[in-house]
Amino acid sequence: MSVDSPSHGPAKATMDLHSATVRFAGDSGDGMQLTGMQFTNTSAIFGNDVSTFPDFPAEIRAPAGTVYGVSGFQLHFSSEDIFTPGDELDTLVAMNPAALKMNIAELKKGGILITNLDSFNDQNLKLAGYSHSPLVDGSLDNYRVHSVRMTEATLKAVEELEALRKEEGKEFSLSKKDAARCKNFFALGLVCWLYGRKMDPIVQFINDKFAKKADVRDANLRVLNAGFYYGETAEIFQNNFKVRKAALPPGKYREMRGNEALALGLTVASQLAGKPLFYGSYPITPATDILHELAKHKSFGVRTFQAEDEIAAIASTIGAAFAGTLAATASSGPGVALKGEAMGLAVMLELPLIIINVQRGGPSTGLPTKTEQADLLQAILGRNGECPMVVLAAARPTECFDIAIQAARIAFRSMTPVLVLTDGYLANSTEPWLVPDVSSLDPIEVEHPTEPNGPDGAYLPYKRDEWLARPWALPGTPGLMHRIGGLEKAAETGNVSYDPSNHERMVQMRQAKVDKVAEYLPEQEVFGQEDAETLVIGWGGTYGALREACTMLRAKGHKVSHAHLRCLNPFPRNLGEIIKRHKRVLVPELNGGQLCMLLRAKYLVDAQSITKIKGRPFMVTELYERIEAMMTDKTNGK
Amino acid sequence: MTTATEDRKFTVADFASSQDVRWCPGCGDYSVLAAVKKVLAEEGIPPEQYAFISGIGCSSRFPYYMNTYGMHSIHGRATAVATGFKIVRPDMQTWVITGDGDALSIGGNHTIHTIRRNVDLKILLFNNEIYGLTKGQYSPTSPQGKVTKSTPFGSIDDPLHPLSIALGANASFVARAVDMHPKHLMGVLRRAHHHKGTAFVEIYQNCNIFNDGAFSHAQDRKLRADNVVELVHGEPLVFGAKLDKGVVLDGQNLRVVTIGEDGFTKDDLLVHDEKADLSIHFRMARMRSPEFPDAIGVIRCVERPTYDGMVNAQIENVIAKRGRGDLQELITGRSTWDVAEVDEDE
Repeated sequence: MSVDSPSHGPAKATMDLHSATVRFAGDSGDGMQLTGMQFTNTSAIFGNDVSTFPDFPAEIRAPAGTVYGVSGFQLHFSSEDIFTPGDELDTLVAMNPAALKMNIAELKKGGILITNLDSFNDQNLKLAGYSHSPLVDGSLDNYRVHSVRMTEATLKAVEELEALRKEEGKEFSLSKKDAARCKNFFALGLVCWLYGRKMDPIVQFINDKFAKKADVRDANLRVLNAGFYYGETAEIFQNNFKVRKAALPPGKYREMRGNEALALGLTVASQLAGKPLFYGSYPITPATDILHELAKHKSFGVRTFQAEDEIAAIASTIGAAFAGTLAATASSGPGVALKGEAMGLAVMLELPLIIINVQRGGPSTGLPTKTEQADLLQAILGRNGECPMVVLAAARPTECFDIAIQAARIAFRSMTPVLVLTDGYLANSTEPWLVPDVSSLDPIEVEHPTEPNGPDGAYLPYKRDEWLARPWALPGTPGLMHRIGGLEKAAETGNVSYDPSNHERMVQMRQAKVDKVAEYLPEQEVFGQEDAETLVIGWGGTYGALREACTMLRAKGHKVSHAHLRCLNPFPRNLGEIIKRHKRVLVPELNGGQLCMLLRAKYLVDAQSITKIKGRPFMVTELYERIEAMMTDKTNGK
Repeated sequence: MTTATEDRKFTVADFASSQDVRWCPGCGDYSVLAAVKKVLAEEGIPPEQYAFISGIGCSSRFPYYMNTYGMHSIHGRATAVATGFKIVRPDMQTWVITGDGDALSIGGNHTIHTIRRNVDLKILLFNNEIYGLTKGQYSPTSPQGKVTKSTPFGSIDDPLHPLSIALGANASFVARAVDMHPKHLMGVLRRAHHHKGTAFVEIYQNCNIFNDGAFSHAQDRKLRADNVVELVHGEPLVFGAKLDKGVVLDGQNLRVVTIGEDGFTKDDLLVHDEKADLSIHFRMARMRSPEFPDAIGVIRCVERPTYDGMVNAQIENVIAKRGRGDLQELITGRSTWDVAEVDEDE
């Protein structure tokens, strides 16, 4: 018996599963994101390892019932360590015909399809482009279809509450339309029963969220329970499932999504450095949530500045960095393109600065809400002149926290702008996060000179230390007044210089400074055996899918290992040696082969690309198949 | 960061950097540089308490010549850089040096938004009505018909009016000065220095190479009396070599009259009020020779909370109310669960 709340009485049979992938899909206004998050939360609290992937349209509220307005939330929960939100769906909840149409292809054969039968009327079928109902034409015969009159059941549950209120002589504030909006909780209750989830965290959530609206609160609670009981009592479900706890390292956990992790990482970095964070930003999907989160952190001295445009956003951070604080900005591809000139200025000024690119589908406006990795070359090369900066990439949602702190350490130590790449998938996906003990994090050392460092009491703003970093004199310090700017500067004095050899020397110096970062960053780790023939090199948000695919390949006896890069400029100092150990190098990316091109250029290796440019993450099975095919291809792609 | 300022007296030399000034001989920028250094030396605040931030253009080389903290940034973005700087360091005296192309063309957006936010910056806009650094193309303030290298048949653009833009963005301080009137210029700079908020100063600046004489009506000793009116708060708008001309408000429009003619006396003249309604300041700012005298001096000076002040006050208020944030509490969040050693049956 896996269900202990709120069921009573005899239960049906329970089947054990290792993992399950569920997607809730409906209209943008149907509350699918909230439903998915609540199911995630209760699964995580139960002790599963969880990975989620929300998928929503760029339109905020496209016309109801259309395929343009379909919003989905997918989660994968497991009794084992998992890295991705799952490939094929075990269960699809489709709240209307459009949601069915958009998602059915990803439901595995034999999978469970739950629909809201009440929404399959002529109008909605027509809006979704169905000439007749797929529920009756046999097209869904490969699935276990459960069509449930959810709206009707929801209304009935709310009517009972209304009757109860009237008995007590109280007013009831919900209209029929309001009542129908509770139906996402019916679906949630039903799926909770299906997977034996405790509903206590959801009940707690409803109690908190609607504390001041008793009718809404009680209506939602009733509908939630109605969904759960429906699963238990209706004759249509033969059994339910159980996914056991995962063997996660012990400790305190919370759900964490990438953008929030970045915001928290920046705030923690600022505290570790004793430098209040200045964050200049212009709203852009999918980076905006970082601004939303940081704007709340005023009690940590975080100053957020919503600038008039992308250029002002980065320009203000350059001013803030010159002023002596931790400065950061974030955007997505189109916004980063606008920031390009200012990024060059930051390189020239040699100020510490963090620039985050939450990548989305491009070019131009592209696919704002979809994920892609096509801004790597922009990050590394996309500025005028020889303009190197450190480029980091987070591999998992929770890693965004660590990468923000690492970016700050590098920026301060090497006096350089650091570009952090994440993507739409990492930004919005969640996974359980073992909450670190902040007292265990190393402080970030920052030094400001107070005395002149040159002959005759002169201050040399471009004199360099062991990491080739220049000193960072705080404005206001007597005797250290200096001017910096975008014009080429003489070594050490920083005065404007047009001297040809000085220019070459300074270009090389800026490059050497960035290259030197590899000396203090950790070496590249490789997952897999020493004698692997094939090396799969990835970067960024594809980590989970690559790791699972490589694990499966190895289980099948393939000699493959996986290296996932966190620092793309400079490359890890041992990467060349790792590459040499392997006969074949494969580089899967969500772009046209950008990292592959860089690796080929730098290491003269015949690396082969595996690309996908569909605005969606890799699926584990497709990677498995493509890597396996290339490993067994004797021609090595020729 | 503050330093003891008592007992420290400053000279112009204290504000001069070691760099040779490289503007063209005869450029109006020299006199502005001299005036700024003189005013700052008088004010008694040490050089390290100043930051000069500029964009791109001839005038934007200005910070290199000041022995203060400074940044020569990129084209059009000086106000945005200075905004970030000032928010983090409200203790620093922060000046922006810009030009007509820098502030009104490529950087127009930032100029508007900096002014409407009222960031505590002193913005000196060197208006020479030409692109000098790129060797003579018309600028957004060049008059229609201007013949330049990029407009051999005359410019067809209607010019932008710098002070109209500033007033349209609800500037708290708007002034105009002329490079060749150092005494008057210094008076305006002093007022700007003491203003709390964005002080927007347009300086008529002669480019003797590419646009010589664009402001001769206001610069020439003989011409200026009849072509310029010096605004003084509480005083009537009187001008002319014989101080016999004035400006009156005739219905909704301004009009130039001669005192003693058509029955006009000094009492009929418009009296300048720096705190008056924006619309009258707008009309005064747009007066231009030969129909009107150009207004110079402080056109508008009102009090408005500063952006940097409010950003920092909001943080202080939150901390006063809720206390300093607890970092562990922040990252832990409100919804957590504990994972113990795995227990196989639940």
